[in-house]
Amino acid sequence: MALKGNLKDVGLHQLLNLIYLAHKTGALTVQGEGSEGNAHLYFKEGKLIQASMDSQVTRLSDILVKVGKLTADQAKAVRARSKVDTDKELGLLMIQSGMLTQHDIIQGVKNYLLESVYRLFTWRAGAFRFDPNVLPPEERITVAVNLDHLIMEGSRRVQEWEQLRDELPDLDVPLKLVERPTTNLRNVNLTVEQWKVVPFINARNIFRQIANYLRVDEFQIRRIVFGLQTAGLVEVMQGVGGGVVAAPLPPPAPPPVGRSVLLRVIDRLRKI
Amino acid sequence: MQTVKMVVTGPFSSGKTSFIGSVSEIPVVRTERKITDSTRSIKEQTTVAMDFGRITIDKDLALYLFGTPGQKRFDFMWEILSEGMLGFVVLVDSARPETFREARRILDTFRGYSNTPFVIAANKQDDEDAWPPEDLKIALGLDQDVRVMPCIATHKDSVKHILLELLYIILENASDEATPARKN
Repeated sequence: MALKGNLKDVGLHQLLNLIYLAHKTGALTVQGEGSEGNAHLYFKEGKLIQASMDSQVTRLSDILVKVGKLTADQAKAVRARSKVDTDKELGLLMIQSGMLTQHDIIQGVKNYLLESVYRLFTWRAGAFRFDPNVLPPEERITVAVNLDHLIMEGSRRVQEWEQLRDELPDLDVPLKLVERPTTNLRNVNLTVEQWKVVPFINARNIFRQIANYLRVDEFQIRRIVFGLQTAGLVEVMQGVGGGVVAAPLPPPAPPPVGRSVLLRVIDRLRKI
Repeated sequence: MQTVKMVVTGPFSSGKTSFIGSVSEIPVVRTERKITDSTRSIKEQTTVAMDFGRITIDKDLALYLFGTPGQKRFDFMWEILSEGMLGFVVLVDSARPETFREARRILDTFRGYSNTPFVIAANKQDDEDAWPPEDLKIALGLDQDVRVMPCIATHKDSVKHILLELLYIILENASDEATPARKN
């Protein structure tokens, strides 16, 4: 029987915890509400073995390019040389040609898989369905990942995401380069992602447009802009974040009745 | 006449009124009103104060079953109804995961009123979308020792089984010294 629900009611960390504790095997599909399409996760005996999103590449050579294990030219070359079609055969070909080791491939697939799931942690809503005993296609390379560590890291990233959202709540505001930065610019080192954003910073471009153009998600654009903002290079209009109210726990008050009364009730209830 | 009482609680539309109706020897005394807000798409009427059912144990003793209102805006009734209860049942609609968080909130609230025993009834197990009790237990974040039982609130035997299980737990915790039950 499939488990169905929505991430807004049962969070991803709860779902993964359920799969982990119950040692479940099966496929989890989450319908994305944004541009990322659906997410597909596979589990075997409580471990994550495969994950992908509709919007992401799924072929091994493309994955290895994404995680920096292969260059685009190498991937192209290996695909041109290969008459095979499955990831396992392609992986074997790369190992035999000395291009990569088995460890490189496994690590690359694992990193890609983890990044997919961490991105999924930032989804606030999305209908999900867990189908028991469904495994990924045979030709895909699977890697077993323990869910306990993944849940912790995912939760940490959610916290980071929430902090970023509080710092930069509105994606529909323009960014502006600071005219006279107080920081010593010689000491500022920008990442590749930050450099990609810089040329688009002007009064006409709002955050969301830049993110859409560069094909980065809300989490990534917030992180990039927050980095630029912290470095004193850009200015944005800021909103305010919300607070969380914790419920107090009142003291307990036991109200037992005697055993004889309970036994009479049990006896009667058995007979109705 | 001595009376003892148990409370049946749970989110809106989890099946509390049906649960009590399945075992009560009197027609359930209902305080239902037509729903006027968006939840009307789920059901037409809802309990606003309480449901009340009764099982006569013998000539000197009766068991009262009180059902709490499910909608959050009537939750001021919960504490009143929980006063002096032997134990409580938290009914959860296993096929509506959007209510699980609310079920957990209700459970925590009732545990805060009193540390009386309770069981979780994973209702609507005849629905093909129902989450199994063991999965529901994890989804609700419950401790291993909490009893989560399969339930179909419209089936008398299923309800009887839940109530008996709760009574066995209460019995385990009861002392030999009788605390007098309420007298009418």
